[in-house]
Amino acid sequence: MHLHRAAAVALRHYYLLRGSLARFLPLFAWVAIDMVLWGFMSRYLNTVTSQEYNFVPVLLGAVLLWDFFIRVMQGVTMVFFEDVWSRNFLNMFASPLTISEYLGGLVLSSIATSTLGLLVMLVLASTVFGLSFAAYGVLFVPFLLVLFLFGIALGIFGCALVLRLGPASEWFVWPIPALLSPFAGVFYPLSTLPAWMQAVSHLLPPSYVFEGMRTLAAGGAFQVSTLLWGAGLAVVEILLACAFFTRVHRQAVRTGLIARYSAESVS
Amino acid sequence: MRAMVTVGRADVPKVLSVAKLRKEYGGKAAVEGVSFEVGRGEIVGLLGPNGAGKTTTINMVLGVLQPTSGTIHIQDLDLAAQRSAALAMTNFAAVYSPLPGNLSVYQNLRVFGLIYGVKSLGARIAELLEQFDLVKYRDVKCGVLSSGEQTRVALAKAMLNRPHLLLLDEPTASLDPATARDIRARIREFAARDTGGVLWTSHNMYEVEEVCDRVLFLARGRVLLEGNPRTLPGEHGQASLEELFIAVAREPLALERS
Repeated sequence: MHLHRAAAVALRHYYLLRGSLARFLPLFAWVAIDMVLWGFMSRYLNTVTSQEYNFVPVLLGAVLLWDFFIRVMQGVTMVFFEDVWSRNFLNMFASPLTISEYLGGLVLSSIATSTLGLLVMLVLASTVFGLSFAAYGVLFVPFLLVLFLFGIALGIFGCALVLRLGPASEWFVWPIPALLSPFAGVFYPLSTLPAWMQAVSHLLPPSYVFEGMRTLAAGGAFQVSTLLWGAGLAVVEILLACAFFTRVHRQAVRTGLIARYSAESVS
Repeated sequence: MRAMVTVGRADVPKVLSVAKLRKEYGGKAAVEGVSFEVGRGEIVGLLGPNGAGKTTTINMVLGVLQPTSGTIHIQDLDLAAQRSAALAMTNFAAVYSPLPGNLSVYQNLRVFGLIYGVKSLGARIAELLEQFDLVKYRDVKCGVLSSGEQTRVALAKAMLNRPHLLLLDEPTASLDPATARDIRARIREFAARDTGGVLWTSHNMYEVEEVCDRVLFLARGRVLLEGNPRTLPGEHGQASLEELFIAVAREPLALERS
Protein backbone atom coordinates (compact mmCIF):
# COMPACT_ATOMS: atom_id res chain seq x y z
CA MET A 1 0.00 0.00 0.00
CA HIS A 2 1.35 3.42 -1.01
CA LEU A 3 0.39 5.97 1.61
CA HIS A 4 0.75 8.88 -0.83
CA ARG A 5 -2.10 7.50 -2.92
CA ALA A 6 -4.40 7.20 0.09
CA ALA A 7 -3.30 10.71 1.09
CA ALA A 8 -4.30 11.94 -2.40
CA VAL A 9 -7.87 10.77 -1.83
CA ALA A 10 -7.97 12.58 1.52
CA LEU A 11 -6.28 15.67 0.04
CA ARG A 12 -8.97 15.88 -2.64
CA HIS A 13 -11.60 16.01 0.11
CA TYR A 14 -9.61 18.59 2.07
CA TYR A 15 -9.57 20.82 -1.02
CA LEU A 16 -13.34 20.42 -1.35
CA LEU A 17 -13.96 21.22 2.32
CA ARG A 18 -11.64 24.21 2.24
CA GLY A 19 -13.43 25.73 -0.69
CA SER A 20 -17.03 25.07 0.29
CA LEU A 21 -18.92 26.32 3.33
CA ALA A 22 -21.78 23.96 2.42
CA ARG A 23 -19.43 21.01 2.95
CA PHE A 24 -17.51 22.42 5.92
CA LEU A 25 -20.39 23.56 8.16
CA PRO A 26 -22.18 20.18 8.38
CA LEU A 27 -19.01 18.66 9.85
CA PHE A 28 -19.91 20.24 13.17
CA ALA A 29 -23.13 22.30 12.82
CA TRP A 30 -25.63 19.43 13.22
CA VAL A 31 -23.76 17.75 16.05
CA ALA A 32 -23.54 21.11 17.82
CA ILE A 33 -27.30 21.55 17.48
CA ASP A 34 -27.79 18.04 18.87
CA MET A 35 -25.61 18.90 21.86
CA VAL A 36 -27.66 22.02 22.57
CA LEU A 37 -31.01 20.23 22.14
CA TRP A 38 -30.12 17.17 24.24
CA GLY A 39 -28.18 19.27 26.73
CA PHE A 40 -31.29 21.28 27.59
CA MET A 41 -33.43 18.15 27.48
CA SER A 42 -31.12 16.47 30.01
CA ARG A 43 -31.20 19.55 32.25
CA TYR A 44 -34.98 19.65 32.14
CA LEU A 45 -35.29 15.95 32.97
CA ASN A 46 -32.93 16.49 35.91
CA THR A 47 -35.36 19.08 37.29
CA VAL A 48 -38.49 16.90 37.04
CA THR A 49 -37.09 13.57 38.24
CA SER A 50 -35.22 12.19 41.24
CA GLN A 51 -32.41 14.44 42.43
CA GLU A 52 -29.99 11.49 42.59
CA TYR A 53 -30.24 10.62 38.94
CA ASN A 54 -28.21 12.72 36.51
CA PHE A 55 -29.42 12.56 32.92
CA VAL A 56 -26.49 14.51 31.51
CA PRO A 57 -23.96 11.65 31.31
CA VAL A 58 -26.64 9.17 30.25
CA LEU A 59 -28.59 11.14 27.65
CA LEU A 60 -26.17 13.81 26.48
CA GLY A 61 -23.26 11.38 26.66
CA ALA A 62 -25.20 8.87 24.58
CA VAL A 63 -26.08 11.46 21.94
CA LEU A 64 -22.44 12.60 21.80
CA LEU A 65 -21.18 9.06 21.25
CA TRP A 66 -23.90 8.22 18.72
CA ASP A 67 -23.30 11.43 16.77
CA PHE A 68 -19.60 10.66 16.72
CA PHE A 69 -20.35 7.26 15.19
CA ILE A 70 -22.57 8.91 12.54
CA ARG A 71 -19.85 11.48 11.73
CA VAL A 72 -17.31 8.67 11.25
CA MET A 73 -19.62 6.76 8.94
CA GLN A 74 -20.58 9.83 6.93
CA GLY A 75 -16.93 10.88 6.89
CA VAL A 76 -16.27 7.76 4.83
CA THR A 77 -19.35 7.87 2.61
CA MET A 78 -19.11 11.60 1.83
CA VAL A 79 -15.67 11.22 0.23
CA PHE A 80 -16.99 8.37 -1.89
CA PHE A 81 -20.11 10.33 -2.85
CA GLU A 82 -17.91 13.18 -4.09
CA ASP A 83 -16.55 10.75 -6.68
CA VAL A 84 -20.10 9.71 -7.57
CA TRP A 85 -21.34 13.29 -7.88
CA SER A 86 -18.38 14.51 -9.95
CA ARG A 87 -18.46 11.34 -12.13
CA ASN A 88 -14.85 10.72 -11.23
CA PHE A 89 -14.82 6.91 -11.09
CA LEU A 90 -13.04 6.44 -14.39
CA ASN A 91 -10.26 8.86 -13.42
CA MET A 92 -9.83 7.19 -10.03
CA PHE A 93 -10.20 3.52 -10.91
CA ALA A 94 -8.26 3.67 -14.19
CA SER A 95 -5.25 4.80 -12.17
CA PRO A 96 -2.68 2.83 -10.13
CA LEU A 97 -4.83 3.39 -7.03
CA THR A 98 -5.62 0.05 -5.38
CA ILE A 99 -8.85 -0.69 -3.50
CA SER A 100 -7.03 -0.73 -0.15
CA GLU A 101 -5.43 2.65 -0.95
CA TYR A 102 -8.77 4.10 -1.98
CA LEU A 103 -10.51 2.84 1.16
CA GLY A 104 -7.50 4.00 3.19
CA GLY A 105 -8.04 7.48 1.77
CA LEU A 106 -11.70 7.43 2.79
CA VAL A 107 -10.69 6.42 6.34
CA LEU A 108 -7.96 9.07 6.58
CA SER A 109 -10.44 11.73 5.57
CA SER A 110 -13.02 10.42 8.03
CA ILE A 111 -10.50 10.54 10.89
CA ALA A 112 -9.95 14.24 10.22
CA THR A 113 -13.60 15.23 9.74
CA SER A 114 -15.01 13.14 12.61
CA THR A 115 -12.34 14.46 14.99
CA LEU A 116 -13.46 18.00 14.24
CA GLY A 117 -17.09 17.10 15.01
CA LEU A 118 -16.05 15.29 18.18
CA LEU A 119 -14.01 18.25 19.44
CA VAL A 120 -16.94 20.63 18.95
CA MET A 121 -19.26 18.24 20.80
CA LEU A 122 -16.80 17.70 23.66
CA VAL A 123 -16.31 21.42 24.16
CA LEU A 124 -20.04 22.18 24.08
CA ALA A 125 -21.11 19.24 26.25
CA SER A 126 -18.49 19.88 28.93
CA THR A 127 -18.43 23.69 29.05
CA VAL A 128 -22.12 24.48 28.56
CA PHE A 129 -23.82 21.43 30.08
CA GLY A 130 -21.18 20.20 32.51
CA LEU A 131 -20.79 16.73 31.06
CA SER A 132 -17.93 15.20 33.02
CA PHE A 133 -15.99 12.50 31.23
CA ALA A 134 -14.73 11.31 34.61
CA ALA A 135 -18.09 9.55 34.87
CA TYR A 136 -16.88 7.08 32.22
CA GLY A 137 -13.27 6.95 33.41
CA VAL A 138 -10.52 5.74 31.10
CA LEU A 139 -13.06 3.63 29.20
CA PHE A 140 -14.25 6.73 27.35
CA VAL A 141 -11.39 6.36 24.85
CA PRO A 142 -12.10 2.67 24.05
CA PHE A 143 -15.80 3.58 23.75
CA LEU A 144 -14.88 6.08 21.06
CA LEU A 145 -12.55 3.61 19.38
CA VAL A 146 -15.22 0.90 19.10
CA LEU A 147 -17.69 3.41 17.64
CA PHE A 148 -15.01 4.67 15.26
CA LEU A 149 -14.29 1.15 14.01
CA PHE A 150 -17.97 0.39 13.53
CA GLY A 151 -18.50 3.74 11.76
CA ILE A 152 -15.70 2.84 9.34
CA ALA A 153 -17.21 -0.62 8.74
CA LEU A 154 -20.65 0.78 8.05
CA GLY A 155 -19.25 3.59 5.88
CA ILE A 156 -17.38 1.14 3.66
CA PHE A 157 -20.47 -1.08 3.50
CA GLY A 158 -22.54 1.95 2.43
CA CYS A 159 -20.03 2.83 -0.31
CA ALA A 160 -20.13 -0.73 -1.62
CA LEU A 161 -23.92 -0.60 -1.65
CA VAL A 162 -23.94 2.59 -3.73
CA LEU A 163 -21.25 1.23 -6.04
CA ARG A 164 -23.39 -1.85 -6.61
CA LEU A 165 -26.82 -0.23 -6.91
CA GLY A 166 -25.99 3.10 -8.55
CA PRO A 167 -25.93 6.79 -7.60
CA ALA A 168 -29.59 7.02 -6.55
CA SER A 169 -29.08 4.38 -3.88
CA GLU A 170 -27.22 6.85 -1.67
CA TRP A 171 -30.62 7.35 -0.05
CA PHE A 172 -30.34 3.82 1.33
CA VAL A 173 -27.17 4.87 3.11
CA TRP A 174 -28.22 8.08 4.89
CA PRO A 175 -30.88 6.42 7.12
CA ILE A 176 -28.71 3.43 8.17
CA PRO A 177 -27.76 4.95 11.58
CA ALA A 178 -31.41 5.75 12.35
CA LEU A 179 -32.32 2.20 11.38
CA LEU A 180 -29.71 0.77 13.74
CA SER A 181 -30.30 3.08 16.71
CA PRO A 182 -33.24 1.13 18.23
CA PHE A 183 -31.10 -2.03 18.22
CA ALA A 184 -27.98 -0.30 19.57
CA GLY A 185 -29.74 0.70 22.79
CA VAL A 186 -28.50 4.28 22.61
CA PHE A 187 -31.03 5.54 25.18
CA TYR A 188 -32.20 2.41 27.01
CA PRO A 189 -30.83 -0.90 28.30
CA LEU A 190 -30.90 -3.82 25.88
CA SER A 191 -33.08 -5.69 28.38
CA THR A 192 -35.89 -3.32 27.34
CA LEU A 193 -35.94 -4.94 23.89
CA PRO A 194 -37.71 -8.14 22.88
CA ALA A 195 -35.52 -11.20 22.48
CA TRP A 196 -35.22 -11.05 18.69
CA MET A 197 -34.12 -7.41 18.82
CA GLN A 198 -31.57 -8.26 21.51
CA ALA A 199 -30.17 -10.94 19.24
CA VAL A 200 -29.59 -8.27 16.56
CA SER A 201 -28.13 -5.92 19.19
CA HIS A 202 -25.45 -8.43 20.11
CA LEU A 203 -24.11 -8.17 16.55
CA LEU A 204 -23.77 -4.40 16.84
CA PRO A 205 -20.60 -3.12 18.56
CA PRO A 206 -22.29 0.15 19.71
CA SER A 207 -24.69 -1.83 21.91
CA TYR A 208 -21.70 -2.92 24.06
CA VAL A 209 -20.54 0.70 24.29
CA PHE A 210 -23.92 2.08 25.39
CA GLU A 211 -24.51 -0.69 27.91
CA GLY A 212 -21.08 0.05 29.36
CA MET A 213 -21.63 3.79 29.36
CA ARG A 214 -24.90 3.48 31.27
CA THR A 215 -23.40 1.05 33.77
CA LEU A 216 -20.46 3.37 34.49
CA ALA A 217 -22.67 6.48 34.70
CA ALA A 218 -24.80 4.66 37.29
CA GLY A 219 -21.66 3.89 39.28
CA GLY A 220 -21.61 0.19 38.44
CA ALA A 221 -18.72 -2.01 37.32
CA PHE A 222 -18.31 -2.79 33.65
CA GLN A 223 -16.43 -5.79 32.35
CA VAL A 224 -13.65 -4.68 30.01
CA SER A 225 -13.88 -8.07 28.31
CA THR A 226 -17.38 -7.13 27.13
CA LEU A 227 -15.97 -4.07 25.44
CA LEU A 228 -13.19 -6.14 23.91
CA TRP A 229 -15.86 -8.38 22.43
CA GLY A 230 -17.48 -5.29 20.87
CA ALA A 231 -14.10 -4.12 19.51
CA GLY A 232 -13.39 -7.56 18.05
CA LEU A 233 -16.81 -7.57 16.43
CA ALA A 234 -16.15 -4.14 14.91
CA VAL A 235 -12.81 -5.29 13.46
CA VAL A 236 -14.46 -8.36 11.93
CA GLU A 237 -17.18 -6.14 10.46
CA ILE A 238 -14.54 -3.82 8.92
CA LEU A 239 -12.91 -6.83 7.27
CA LEU A 240 -16.30 -8.03 6.02
CA ALA A 241 -17.14 -4.55 4.67
CA CYS A 242 -13.78 -4.35 2.85
CA ALA A 243 -14.35 -7.82 1.38
CA PHE A 244 -17.84 -6.75 0.26
CA PHE A 245 -16.49 -3.56 -1.37
CA THR A 246 -13.76 -5.54 -3.14
CA ARG A 247 -16.28 -8.07 -4.40
CA VAL A 248 -18.64 -5.36 -5.65
CA HIS A 249 -15.74 -3.55 -7.35
CA ARG A 250 -14.60 -6.78 -9.05
CA GLN A 251 -18.11 -7.36 -10.30
CA ALA A 252 -18.31 -3.74 -11.54
CA VAL A 253 -15.07 -4.26 -13.48
CA ARG A 254 -16.31 -7.56 -14.88
CA THR A 255 -19.65 -6.14 -16.03
CA GLY A 256 -18.34 -2.73 -17.14
CA LEU A 257 -20.37 -0.84 -14.52
CA ILE A 258 -17.36 1.29 -13.47
CA ALA A 259 -17.01 2.68 -16.97
CA ARG A 260 -20.75 3.30 -17.31
CA TYR A 261 -21.62 4.12 -13.73
CA SER A 262 -23.99 6.98 -14.49
CA ALA A 263 -26.22 4.50 -16.35
CA GLU A 264 -26.75 2.82 -12.92
CA SER A 265 -26.98 -0.59 -14.57
CA VAL A 266 -25.30 -2.44 -17.40
CA SER A 267 -28.39 -4.44 -18.27
CA MET B 1 -14.12 -15.64 -39.60
CA ARG B 2 -10.50 -14.96 -38.61
CA ALA B 3 -9.60 -12.00 -36.47
CA MET B 4 -6.71 -10.05 -37.92
CA VAL B 5 -3.58 -9.96 -35.79
CA THR B 6 -1.76 -6.69 -36.22
CA VAL B 7 1.86 -6.05 -35.46
CA GLY B 8 3.76 -2.79 -35.62
CA ARG B 9 7.42 -2.35 -36.51
CA ALA B 10 9.36 -5.29 -35.09
CA ASP B 11 12.43 -3.20 -34.19
CA VAL B 12 10.48 -0.77 -31.95
CA PRO B 13 10.12 -1.71 -28.25
CA LYS B 14 6.46 -2.29 -27.44
CA VAL B 15 4.64 -0.27 -24.81
CA LEU B 16 1.35 -2.10 -25.33
CA SER B 17 0.72 -5.66 -26.46
CA VAL B 18 -2.86 -6.82 -26.73
CA ALA B 19 -3.45 -10.47 -27.64
CA LYS B 20 -6.69 -12.21 -28.60
CA LEU B 21 -8.79 -9.82 -26.56
CA ARG B 22 -12.45 -10.74 -26.23
CA LYS B 23 -15.27 -9.13 -24.28
CA GLU B 24 -18.64 -10.73 -24.17
CA TYR B 25 -21.88 -9.29 -22.77
CA GLY B 26 -24.66 -11.81 -22.26
CA GLY B 27 -23.25 -14.19 -24.84
CA LYS B 28 -22.73 -11.44 -27.45
CA ALA B 29 -19.17 -10.38 -28.25
CA ALA B 30 -18.47 -6.62 -28.15
CA VAL B 31 -14.79 -7.25 -28.87
CA GLU B 32 -13.67 -10.44 -30.56
CA GLY B 33 -10.08 -11.68 -30.88
CA VAL B 34 -8.47 -8.25 -31.07
CA SER B 35 -4.66 -8.26 -31.14
CA PHE B 36 -2.35 -5.32 -31.73
CA GLU B 37 0.72 -3.57 -30.43
CA VAL B 38 1.82 0.00 -29.87
CA GLY B 39 5.52 0.76 -30.10
CA ARG B 40 7.52 3.37 -28.24
CA GLY B 41 7.21 6.77 -29.90
CA GLU B 42 4.39 5.51 -32.11
CA ILE B 43 0.91 7.03 -32.43
CA VAL B 44 -1.62 4.36 -33.32
CA GLY B 45 -5.15 5.32 -34.32
CA LEU B 46 -7.99 3.04 -33.28
CA LEU B 47 -10.76 3.79 -35.76
CA GLY B 48 -14.21 2.49 -36.42
CA PRO B 49 -17.88 3.38 -36.44
CA ASN B 50 -19.85 3.94 -33.25
CA GLY B 51 -20.26 0.67 -31.38
CA ALA B 52 -17.27 -0.92 -33.12
CA GLY B 53 -15.59 -1.72 -29.80
CA LYS B 54 -13.04 1.12 -29.54
CA THR B 55 -14.05 2.38 -26.09
CA THR B 56 -14.57 -1.21 -24.87
CA THR B 57 -11.00 -1.96 -25.94
CA ILE B 58 -9.67 1.19 -24.27
CA ASN B 59 -11.58 0.42 -21.07
CA MET B 60 -10.01 -3.02 -20.98
CA VAL B 61 -6.53 -1.53 -21.46
CA LEU B 62 -7.31 0.91 -18.62
CA GLY B 63 -8.23 -1.96 -16.32
CA VAL B 64 -11.79 -0.78 -15.70
CA LEU B 65 -13.30 -3.58 -17.76
CA GLN B 66 -12.25 -7.18 -17.38
CA PRO B 67 -11.76 -9.05 -20.66
CA THR B 68 -13.62 -12.31 -21.07
CA SER B 69 -10.38 -13.71 -22.47
CA GLY B 70 -7.08 -12.51 -23.91
CA THR B 71 -4.11 -10.69 -22.43
CA ILE B 72 -2.92 -7.11 -22.12
CA HIS B 73 0.72 -6.24 -21.42
CA ILE B 74 1.81 -2.69 -20.72
CA GLN B 75 5.56 -2.65 -21.25
CA ASP B 76 6.28 -6.14 -19.92
CA LEU B 77 3.67 -6.09 -17.19
CA ASP B 78 0.59 -8.28 -17.38
CA LEU B 79 -2.32 -5.95 -16.59
CA ALA B 80 -4.38 -8.74 -15.00
CA ALA B 81 -1.59 -9.75 -12.60
CA GLN B 82 0.18 -6.42 -11.97
CA ARG B 83 -2.63 -3.94 -12.42
CA SER B 84 -1.34 -1.14 -10.22
CA ALA B 85 2.24 -1.24 -11.53
CA ALA B 86 1.02 -1.42 -15.14
CA LEU B 87 -1.39 1.50 -14.69
CA ALA B 88 1.33 3.58 -13.02
CA MET B 89 3.00 3.62 -16.47
CA THR B 90 -0.22 4.48 -18.26
CA ASN B 91 -2.46 7.52 -18.37
CA PHE B 92 -5.43 8.65 -20.36
CA ALA B 93 -7.71 11.48 -21.38
CA ALA B 94 -11.23 10.92 -22.63
CA VAL B 95 -13.89 13.38 -23.62
CA TYR B 96 -16.43 11.51 -21.44
CA SER B 97 -14.24 11.56 -18.34
CA PRO B 98 -13.48 15.16 -17.40
CA LEU B 99 -11.61 15.97 -14.22
CA PRO B 100 -13.77 17.03 -11.27
CA GLY B 101 -15.14 20.47 -12.05
CA ASN B 102 -15.24 21.47 -8.37
CA LEU B 103 -11.45 21.43 -8.02
CA SER B 104 -9.05 23.95 -9.51
CA VAL B 105 -6.58 23.03 -12.24
CA TYR B 106 -3.72 22.95 -9.73
CA GLN B 107 -5.70 20.90 -7.18
CA ASN B 108 -6.66 18.29 -9.77
CA LEU B 109 -3.10 18.00 -11.01
CA ARG B 110 -1.78 17.71 -7.45
CA VAL B 111 -4.28 14.99 -6.48
CA PHE B 112 -3.64 12.92 -9.60
CA GLY B 113 0.10 13.57 -9.40
CA LEU B 114 0.09 11.97 -5.94
CA ILE B 115 -2.01 9.06 -7.17
CA TYR B 116 0.44 8.45 -10.03
CA GLY B 117 3.42 8.86 -7.69
CA VAL B 118 4.99 11.71 -9.69
CA LYS B 119 8.43 12.72 -8.40
CA SER B 120 9.10 16.46 -7.83
CA LEU B 121 5.39 17.04 -8.30
CA GLY B 122 5.42 20.82 -7.81
CA ALA B 123 7.99 21.30 -10.57
CA ARG B 124 6.20 18.86 -12.89
CA ILE B 125 2.88 20.69 -12.43
CA ALA B 126 4.56 24.03 -13.12
CA GLU B 127 6.12 22.56 -16.28
CA LEU B 128 2.78 21.21 -17.53
CA LEU B 129 0.91 24.43 -16.74
CA GLU B 130 3.47 26.21 -18.89
CA GLN B 131 3.43 23.58 -21.64
CA PHE B 132 -0.36 23.55 -21.95
CA ASP B 133 -0.75 27.30 -21.56
CA LEU B 134 -2.67 26.90 -18.29
CA VAL B 135 -0.67 29.18 -15.99
CA LYS B 136 -3.42 31.80 -15.87
CA TYR B 137 -6.02 29.12 -15.03
CA ARG B 138 -3.94 27.53 -12.26
CA ASP B 139 -6.42 28.43 -9.50
CA VAL B 140 -9.58 28.36 -11.61
CA LYS B 141 -12.07 25.54 -11.04
CA CYS B 142 -12.08 23.13 -13.97
CA GLY B 143 -15.86 23.26 -14.22
CA VAL B 144 -15.84 26.87 -15.39
CA LEU B 145 -13.23 26.40 -18.12
CA SER B 146 -14.17 26.18 -21.79
CA SER B 147 -14.15 22.72 -23.39
CA GLY B 148 -10.82 23.51 -25.07
CA GLU B 149 -9.27 24.56 -21.77
CA GLN B 150 -10.71 21.48 -20.04
CA THR B 151 -9.18 19.28 -22.73
CA ARG B 152 -5.80 20.91 -22.13
CA VAL B 153 -6.16 20.23 -18.39
CA ALA B 154 -7.12 16.60 -19.09
CA LEU B 155 -4.05 16.24 -21.30
CA ALA B 156 -1.83 17.84 -18.68
CA LYS B 157 -3.17 15.28 -16.18
CA ALA B 158 -2.62 12.50 -18.73
CA MET B 159 1.02 13.49 -19.10
CA LEU B 160 1.74 14.06 -15.40
CA ASN B 161 3.55 10.73 -14.95
CA ARG B 162 5.29 10.81 -18.37
CA PRO B 163 3.33 7.66 -19.28
CA HIS B 164 4.80 4.87 -21.34
CA LEU B 165 1.34 4.36 -22.75
CA LEU B 166 -1.00 7.29 -23.36
CA LEU B 167 -4.62 6.49 -24.22
CA LEU B 168 -6.64 9.24 -25.83
CA ASP B 169 -10.32 8.64 -26.54
CA GLU B 170 -11.48 11.37 -28.92
CA PRO B 171 -9.31 14.03 -27.28
CA THR B 172 -10.24 16.70 -29.81
CA ALA B 173 -13.98 16.05 -29.99
CA SER B 174 -15.97 19.27 -29.65
CA LEU B 175 -12.91 21.48 -30.05
CA ASP B 176 -12.62 24.26 -32.59
CA PRO B 177 -10.12 23.59 -35.42
CA ALA B 178 -7.44 25.91 -34.05
CA THR B 179 -7.55 24.36 -30.56
CA ALA B 180 -7.66 20.85 -32.05
CA ARG B 181 -4.55 21.58 -34.12
CA ASP B 182 -2.81 22.87 -31.02
CA ILE B 183 -3.70 19.71 -29.08
CA ARG B 184 -2.50 17.48 -31.93
CA ALA B 185 0.83 19.30 -31.99
CA ARG B 186 1.30 18.71 -28.27
CA ILE B 187 0.54 15.00 -28.55
CA ARG B 188 2.93 14.62 -31.49
CA GLU B 189 5.52 16.43 -29.42
CA PHE B 190 4.93 13.97 -26.56
CA ALA B 191 5.40 10.94 -28.81
CA ALA B 192 8.53 12.39 -30.39
CA ARG B 193 10.19 13.65 -27.22
CA ASP B 194 9.18 11.24 -24.47
CA THR B 195 9.46 7.48 -24.37
CA GLY B 196 5.75 6.75 -24.64
CA GLY B 197 3.44 5.41 -27.29
CA VAL B 198 -0.06 6.69 -27.95
CA LEU B 199 -3.29 4.86 -28.69
CA TRP B 200 -5.73 7.39 -30.12
CA THR B 201 -9.36 7.16 -31.14
CA SER B 202 -10.97 9.79 -33.32
CA HIS B 203 -13.72 10.23 -35.87
CA ASN B 204 -11.82 13.01 -37.59
CA MET B 205 -10.02 11.29 -40.48
CA TYR B 206 -8.10 14.43 -41.42
CA GLU B 207 -6.67 14.49 -37.93
CA VAL B 208 -5.87 10.77 -37.94
CA GLU B 209 -4.03 11.09 -41.24
CA GLU B 210 -2.05 14.01 -39.89
CA VAL B 211 -1.12 12.50 -36.54
CA CYS B 212 -1.12 8.71 -36.60
CA ASP B 213 1.79 6.54 -37.73
CA ARG B 214 -0.48 3.56 -38.05
CA VAL B 215 -4.22 2.90 -37.86
CA LEU B 216 -6.38 -0.07 -36.93
CA PHE B 217 -9.92 -0.24 -38.26
CA LEU B 218 -12.38 -1.91 -35.93
CA ALA B 219 -15.85 -3.03 -36.95
CA ARG B 220 -18.21 -5.28 -35.03
CA GLY B 221 -15.55 -5.83 -32.39
CA ARG B 222 -12.84 -7.06 -34.77
CA VAL B 223 -9.74 -5.50 -36.30
CA LEU B 224 -10.44 -5.47 -40.04
CA LEU B 225 -7.59 -3.42 -41.41
CA GLU B 226 -4.28 -2.10 -40.30
CA GLY B 227 -1.69 0.09 -41.94
CA ASN B 228 -0.32 3.52 -42.73
CA PRO B 229 -3.23 6.00 -42.80
CA ARG B 230 -1.72 7.73 -45.83
CA THR B 231 -1.39 4.61 -47.99
CA LEU B 232 -4.15 2.36 -46.62
CA PRO B 233 -7.06 3.97 -48.57
CA GLY B 234 -5.28 3.39 -51.92
CA GLU B 235 -4.50 -0.21 -50.98
CA HIS B 236 -8.24 -0.81 -50.61
CA GLY B 237 -9.42 1.14 -53.64
CA GLN B 238 -10.62 4.19 -51.73
CA ALA B 239 -9.81 7.82 -52.45
CA SER B 240 -9.34 8.92 -48.86
CA LEU B 241 -9.25 7.68 -45.28
CA GLU B 242 -12.75 9.05 -44.81
CA GLU B 243 -14.01 7.00 -47.79
CA LEU B 244 -12.32 3.94 -46.33
CA PHE B 245 -13.93 4.63 -42.95
CA ILE B 246 -17.36 4.83 -44.58
CA ALA B 247 -16.70 1.58 -46.45
CA VAL B 248 -15.68 -0.13 -43.21
CA ALA B 249 -18.78 1.17 -41.48
CA ARG B 250 -21.16 0.13 -44.27
CA GLU B 251 -19.65 -3.05 -45.62
CA PRO B 252 -17.24 -4.52 -43.10
CA LEU B 253 -17.75 -8.05 -44.41
CA ALA B 254 -16.69 -7.08 -47.95
CA LEU B 255 -13.49 -5.50 -46.61
CA GLU B 256 -12.77 -8.45 -44.39
CA ARG B 257 -12.84 -10.74 -47.43
CA SER B 258 -10.67 -8.42 -49.53
